[in-house]
Amino acid sequence: MKPFDLRQLSKAHEVRFSVDAETEEKLPWPQFTVADLNFFYGAHQALKGINLIVPNKRVMAFIGPSGCGKTTLLRTFNRMNEIIPGTRVEGSIRLGDKDLFSFPATTLRRVVGMVFQKPSPFPKSIFDNVAYGLRLDPAIRRSEIADKVEQSLRRAALWDEVKDKLHQSANGISGGQQQRLCIARALAVEPEVLLLDEPCSALDPLSTAKIEDLLFEIKDLCTIVIVTHNMLQAARVADYVGFFLNGELIELNRAKQIFQNPEMQQTQDYITGRFG
Amino acid sequence: MRASYPPLSRKITNALMLALTGLCTVLVLSVLLTILGYLFWKGASSLNIDFFTKNPAPVGQSGGGVKNAMVGTLKLLTLASAIGVPIGLLGGIYLSEFAGGWSAFTIRYTTDLLNGVPSVVMGIFVYTLVVLPMHHFSTLAGGIALGIMMIPIALRSTEDFLRAVPRSLREGGLALGASKSETIFTIVIPAAIYGIITGILLDIARVAGETAPLLFTAFGNLFDSRGWMHPTASLPVVIYNYAISPYDEWHRQAWAAGFVLLSGLLAVSVISRLILARGKKLSHG
Repeated sequence: MKPFDLRQLSKAHEVRFSVDAETEEKLPWPQFTVADLNFFYGAHQALKGINLIVPNKRVMAFIGPSGCGKTTLLRTFNRMNEIIPGTRVEGSIRLGDKDLFSFPATTLRRVVGMVFQKPSPFPKSIFDNVAYGLRLDPAIRRSEIADKVEQSLRRAALWDEVKDKLHQSANGISGGQQQRLCIARALAVEPEVLLLDEPCSALDPLSTAKIEDLLFEIKDLCTIVIVTHNMLQAARVADYVGFFLNGELIELNRAKQIFQNPEMQQTQDYITGRFG
Repeated sequence: MRASYPPLSRKITNALMLALTGLCTVLVLSVLLTILGYLFWKGASSLNIDFFTKNPAPVGQSGGGVKNAMVGTLKLLTLASAIGVPIGLLGGIYLSEFAGGWSAFTIRYTTDLLNGVPSVVMGIFVYTLVVLPMHHFSTLAGGIALGIMMIPIALRSTEDFLRAVPRSLREGGLALGASKSETIFTIVIPAAIYGIITGILLDIARVAGETAPLLFTAFGNLFDSRGWMHPTASLPVVIYNYAISPYDEWHRQAWAAGFVLLSGLLAVSVISRLILARGKKLSHG
């Protein structure tokens, strides 16, 4: 696929993407290209005409007040919303150069992994938690699993803390460790994208710092999209930030731009704490 | 801090309510202990090795036991579980995980009605369905009657424990590319398995004491049952028959049989609580 220029996309999809010297970089290809996306929970429209590109191998953060649609958009990227009855999607999303809705959902979710707000280890051993996704794929040989589990736990910066208790229940470790275990579990199947839905909202600052550190480590491996209520976190980890309000994407920009010199008044109001 | 806080009236109410709740707890416990103790006291003289290893002695002779009834009860419960557990389990899984609004309502409503069917009616039903065509009473018919009675509780308790599994676990499985059924069978059911087993054990304990459905189906037998197609003795029916007999020796044996049955049920109940506690411990570290 040929490299693309962020400026072309911002024109093509009328994305409010201010182009400064820094954004003139050439990115290999867009991870997600979202065009005219509407999303409905029954009669309630949660997303309104979203146009957006998510650059490959970068960290993009979605910010905005509760109920603004950022989590809904995140859950649309791995079609997790499909399990909720009465939901409907309009518009198009492309994963790379393919239609997101052309895959079976189970195939898509191997490529687009997800970590949820609340740490949700399976009631199994630490090892079996990480091996779970690997064992689903018959093409992965049994002999490879132990190595892959160790590799994933190392990537999630958890290996040293759990290597002596791999076969104990995953419920016995701390909340922060559980969340890193969930990240390791998602990384084990080597996804192209990792979606994180407020991964630190239930964690203490120390655990949060550990997770942010590991996001820096893994962003060369996969594209990261993170929903967060913590503006400082978005500023720390994200390359790009999208600001959502009432189901609309108000502004999408480099993180620095958003936090230092936002284009839109609503963005300015939100990040300075005037509402939300 | 004010010395007068909380006011005296509240202190009195508090003490009174505490005493009342304590009293009720003691009452509940004492009913159970009284029954157990009374059964033991009345039946103690019959509780010996013979009671567990011998079949009933002919009328007029002392001694003899209820070996055939204990074996019969175990056979009946095995057959009942073989019928009730798979149907209840799979039905519960369907109800909790797959049934839509209308079908879920129908299944739940029907199951609750089935649970409310008087056990004697269940006996007559299986009598008509199995005993009449076969022209004789049988262990098979008794097992079927108890098995049908097990279905509603096995189904609803399985459903309850599956529903209690948090949505985050299901989403966690789906997010790793597992299909819905893979998620259910590898994550949701294992997460609820201790509860499900507990529910089934308590279900077995519940039907173990049923008498009415067995009167029309397994009937009773003074000797070892000759097989699944023949009548068999069972503890509840033995208790019933002995209790209404005119012989003191049989009365004592009925008390003893009651004690054995109740002790067995108590043991099952305690074991299932232990299983549930162990499950909780495992899933919470």
